[in-house]
Amino acid sequence: MSTDRIALAFGGLRERGEKGLIPFVTAGYPDLETTERLVLGMAESGADLIELGVPFSDPLADGPVIQHASQIALTRGTNLARILELVARLRKRTAIPLVLMSYYNPILSYGPETLIAKAAGVGIDGLIIPDLPVEEAGDILALSDTLGVALIPLVAPTSGARRIAFIAERARGFVYCVSLTGVTGSGGRYSDQLTTMLDTVRAHTDLPAAIGFGIAEPGQARNLAPRADALIVGSAFVKRITEAGVNQAVAAAQELVQSLKRALAEK
Amino acid sequence: MFPNENGYYGAYGGRYVPETLMSALEELQAAYRDARADQRFLDQFDDYLRHYVGRPSPLYFAANLTRHAGGARIFLKREDLNHTGAHKINNTLGQGLLARRMGKRRLIAETGAGQHGVATATVAALLGFDCTVFMGAEDIRRQAQNVFRMRLLGTEVVEVEAGSKTLKDAMNEAIRYWVTNVEQTYYLIGSVAGPHPYPQIVRDFQSVIGRETRRQVVEATGRPPDCVVACVGGGSNAMGIYSGFLADRDVRLVGVEAGGLGLDTGRHAATLSKGRPGVLHGSLSYLLQDDDGQVVPVHSISAGLDYPGVGPELSHLKDTGRVLFTTADDADALDAFMLLARTEGILPALESAHAVAVAVRTAGSMPSSSTIVVNLSGRGDKDVETVAREVRQ
Repeated sequence: MSTDRIALAFGGLRERGEKGLIPFVTAGYPDLETTERLVLGMAESGADLIELGVPFSDPLADGPVIQHASQIALTRGTNLARILELVARLRKRTAIPLVLMSYYNPILSYGPETLIAKAAGVGIDGLIIPDLPVEEAGDILALSDTLGVALIPLVAPTSGARRIAFIAERARGFVYCVSLTGVTGSGGRYSDQLTTMLDTVRAHTDLPAAIGFGIAEPGQARNLAPRADALIVGSAFVKRITEAGVNQAVAAAQELVQSLKRALAEK
Repeated sequence: MFPNENGYYGAYGGRYVPETLMSALEELQAAYRDARADQRFLDQFDDYLRHYVGRPSPLYFAANLTRHAGGARIFLKREDLNHTGAHKINNTLGQGLLARRMGKRRLIAETGAGQHGVATATVAALLGFDCTVFMGAEDIRRQAQNVFRMRLLGTEVVEVEAGSKTLKDAMNEAIRYWVTNVEQTYYLIGSVAGPHPYPQIVRDFQSVIGRETRRQVVEATGRPPDCVVACVGGGSNAMGIYSGFLADRDVRLVGVEAGGLGLDTGRHAATLSKGRPGVLHGSLSYLLQDDDGQVVPVHSISAGLDYPGVGPELSHLKDTGRVLFTTADDADALDAFMLLARTEGILPALESAHAVAVAVRTAGSMPSSSTIVVNLSGRGDKDVETVAREVRQ
């Protein structure tokens, strides 16, 4: 069962008393070959799980950094078929849990059942669909459960207790807790509701809680570490990759993994 | 009666938005349900429609255009005579009153041609809201006059440089702003698109067009019309007028999409004619997309029709065959613009000119005893520069 890789990763973290780091990179940015090296490099430097972003023409939940990366990836012909091939190659070389983050339309267009079956086949462990709230996710959840891919839901500071309970009860893999009301990469003004949100999540599920959105700096990681099982960092990685250029991208991403992991380990 | 409790019109609709917005949509749905059951709210809306917008808008028998077309009698539903020059104000007033009732202080909106932006800015001034309108850089260029109008009304216009710099991108940016400021902000969507309950709210506030039109046609001719024609971008003027006739099974309903440079060129905005179901801006509906599910660039001479999506109820009405969809291309729209100007002394919005083009085409094949109603959804003053540029070329 492929979902075991997610459970194993979090189990290992718990045993070692560590907090996890989940970097996000846009697949195909700056190109798919670099994405492949980035995933392997970040895994080697201590990332615990990696989120691969499927580029979409209209990424509503993303700020300018990931919008830009998505646009470049699309102009270079990145699509789900090529990303699945990439994952198949990666799976021969790493056991790190890999989660696909995609807006719903590319999945709908591919055919949800075919996509999820193929994703499971190449070794994708989880699926995050930021514009598919639980109310609309019934069929996808059933398919994912059957095929052994974890459908990881998001909860937001605006969700409120009733929705959080509803979402947490249908969660698989882990719960993606959005730290702020905003899009990805918007700078670190965490919601006042963050603690309440996390408490409510934990009251309704034993699955790990990962916090994401707006986390860029080791200082932020250190502050949030005690409250989460893992942190998700996206725009900061994409930005770092852009600044470093293709040749230095892997080294730059590895450096950020290490500094964030160090911060997560500080008491 | 559509939608169902989950916001679906047959297979289309729903709520495909980031979790951050779900509570806001639930709050909106509850507030709308409450408002609709409140006679004082409905009276207040009617009162503004009558004394502020100038409703009912006339139904005008276009005798010269009818003579030119040589067939069915053509009537124009004069939404262009509303305050601010288009049908958009019906909806912005309704939602403005709803936002005030919900205790919101700020309105945001997307706009393409700028008509919805102006109508939102107008209501913001009238009811005392702060207001920000998102508009694509390309549309700002095409519709400079409306940008100036919005600023005069005290609204901040945010230029959107992303993507194709048109309506779709303006809506992306409006949604991102809403995600960030959801607790204080009311997002005033201008079309029958977006997540549930917006397609329903906008249709309901625009349904005054259909109710008036039906009454007026029956008064003028003694019976319902044979055919009703409306242009379709997102679909608010179309759903507004159709809603008065959906129950009249003998009334042929026609939707006119933007054929742009021609359906074969790929440079058009004919979503229902050429698209397939997909998810954009919060609902499942027909969508112009490539094989990978990426939304494709669209084109129309008219900024208000330049949109790759369409309202979910229209997708349903296409599948059931209740509405027939066809296209008019850029050249057809320009010809119809000139024709209406010369025969009737009316400058139609380029959006509405698409509907006029198809009405004239259709009327010719119908007997002179029959009637066609065209929803003349907006006036063309905003398009004078575009038309002048095209005519010169």
